[in-house]
Amino acid sequence: MTLKALFAASATATLLLAVPASAGQLTIGFSQIGSESGWRAAETSVSKQEAAKRKVNLKIADAQQKQENQIKAIRSFIAQNVDAIFLAPVVSTGWDSVLKEAKEAKIPVVLLDRDIDPSGKELYLTAVTSDSVHEGEVAGDWLAKAVGGKACNIVELQGTVGASVAANRKKGFDTAIAKHANLKVVRSQTGDFTRAKGKEVMESFIKAEGGGKSICAVYAHNDDMMVGAIQAMKEAGLKPGKEILTVSIDAVPDIFKAMAAGEANATVELTPNMAGPALDAIAAFKDKGTVPPKWIQTESKLYTAADDPQKIYDSKKGLGY
Amino acid sequence: MTALLPRRGLAQILALIVILAVDRIVSPQFFDLRLQDGRLFGSLIDVLNRGTPVALLSLGMVLVIATRGIDLSVGAVMAISGAIAASLADSHGLPIVLAAALGAGLICGLWNGFLVAVLGMQPIVATLILMVAGRGIAQLITEGRIVTFSSPDLVWLGNGAVLGLPMPIAIALGMLILTGAVVRGSALGLLIEATGGNARASELAGVGTRAMILAVYVWCGICAALAGVIAAADIMGADANNAGLWLELDAILAVVIGGTSLFGGRFSLVLAVLGALIIQTMNTGILLSGYPPEFNLLVKAVVVMTVLLLQSPKFSGIAGIAARLRRSKA
Repeated sequence: MTLKALFAASATATLLLAVPASAGQLTIGFSQIGSESGWRAAETSVSKQEAAKRKVNLKIADAQQKQENQIKAIRSFIAQNVDAIFLAPVVSTGWDSVLKEAKEAKIPVVLLDRDIDPSGKELYLTAVTSDSVHEGEVAGDWLAKAVGGKACNIVELQGTVGASVAANRKKGFDTAIAKHANLKVVRSQTGDFTRAKGKEVMESFIKAEGGGKSICAVYAHNDDMMVGAIQAMKEAGLKPGKEILTVSIDAVPDIFKAMAAGEANATVELTPNMAGPALDAIAAFKDKGTVPPKWIQTESKLYTAADDPQKIYDSKKGLGY
Repeated sequence: MTALLPRRGLAQILALIVILAVDRIVSPQFFDLRLQDGRLFGSLIDVLNRGTPVALLSLGMVLVIATRGIDLSVGAVMAISGAIAASLADSHGLPIVLAAALGAGLICGLWNGFLVAVLGMQPIVATLILMVAGRGIAQLITEGRIVTFSSPDLVWLGNGAVLGLPMPIAIALGMLILTGAVVRGSALGLLIEATGGNARASELAGVGTRAMILAVYVWCGICAALAGVIAAADIMGADANNAGLWLELDAILAVVIGGTSLFGGRFSLVLAVLGALIIQTMNTGILLSGYPPEFNLLVKAVVVMTVLLLQSPKFSGIAGIAARLRRSKA
């Protein structure tokens, strides 16, 4: 390439960058936490898909789990004068000053997946999050319906002790089954949200409950622990999905594989699509000035073997879970 | 009583018996065993099976600690080898999968050994590097996902059985015998203890201390890699974020419970493995007990403290004096 051509090329590139997005096209900056889990990776890829669907120019900044990086990213989005900022906050406090800067620049901020400290309520437009208490309720309601009137001893695999998600999913489930006298949680232990611990804890539940014969259902706070528990049941000669009902939360691809094999019964989705509702709220706010409610709750959808698990597995496995 | 039993190991054996007895109380069917699909099945087998990764780690760790070193990277090495094994399992045969995974452990061990023995870094800092970086490497291999596989060969390593004994237990037993034969069947064990006791004096006496240190870190890396393969085979997947997480601490604890001093010198392979079993017997007991999970760590801490107090010469000294005082009063 000659020097002249190089100049020409770089000039065009600069022009392309300098030209504001065509009229009507929104540019949104998204400060993402980083790749802390498979779900987070799926959220990033779904956000890109949803933005592309609506022809929105979505700029994603990966903060590598650091708040300082998120603050830097938000400041740079303000400097670029984007139309809106999405923020998945890594911690709940310390956002006041940077969100004030965004407010002064008249750039609306939408929180995704996690909320921030209540003192900052006026600093953001809306928060799109799931309700983890409700997720537990959906799981409990399904189980109550599936069991019907017969007595049912449930064992519970909790998430990490002290995690708010674990406490909420437990609370929701307990509320749902409290309405049914025939349902009882007989054992509850933490499986730390991991497969290995889920398997180990389930092994001990099986031993403690007479070889698993008195267990009627397993409730796990996430799918990964359930995948481990399913292996433990199989190794003990039990038939998960048939002799022992299973219900868990998250809807990661591997639980659909188990469902397709008839070894799992139900899962409640923690949708990775937080950006879709957020994009719709921003579009309505920009076009018509509609102010969305302070909290947009995502749907906690229930999936069972009746929902063609193999097809869902195929569609989910490419998302980076 | 001390005349009948060897003094070394007495505290550990007693501790294990006491914890087993407590387990029997909280779970009446604790000692029940039966065959399930050609595999022994029961809580005791769970203890041995779940204790395997830490037992394997402690086999390498005890040698490292005997040279007055420490290896914080074993948990991360488990994650790396598990990730490699899971990624290769469905496209390659078992020999290649094992060679690649254990080879990675060997390289990790060489790296640690190089930093400590050749560059003279302090072991805790040198191995901290790989503890942090290693998990990142494992996450790069799995791209942050849980890589699952269905290769029956690798699954067999985690869930298969020989003569009713689950494979992980058989492998750990084999490694204990192999390590014991190598270090106690030759002068190697003595040379390792000499290196840890006084490296300078040993060097002057003609012990190749550098080679010794390098060798123990390599062995530690290989043991950790094997533990990682077993952990991956067990759940039919590699979870780079969680595989082996904090297990380096359990392995160090197992070695310490086994009576090996962190200041190096005399070590015992069998007691280190016994230490790992004590930890797991306690873990399984807690799971069977039905206590709320908030108590898990508290119970564990109290038991560990008791075992270590039993071993402390100062404490037994104080206890002895107290007993004598009581007797003289009476």
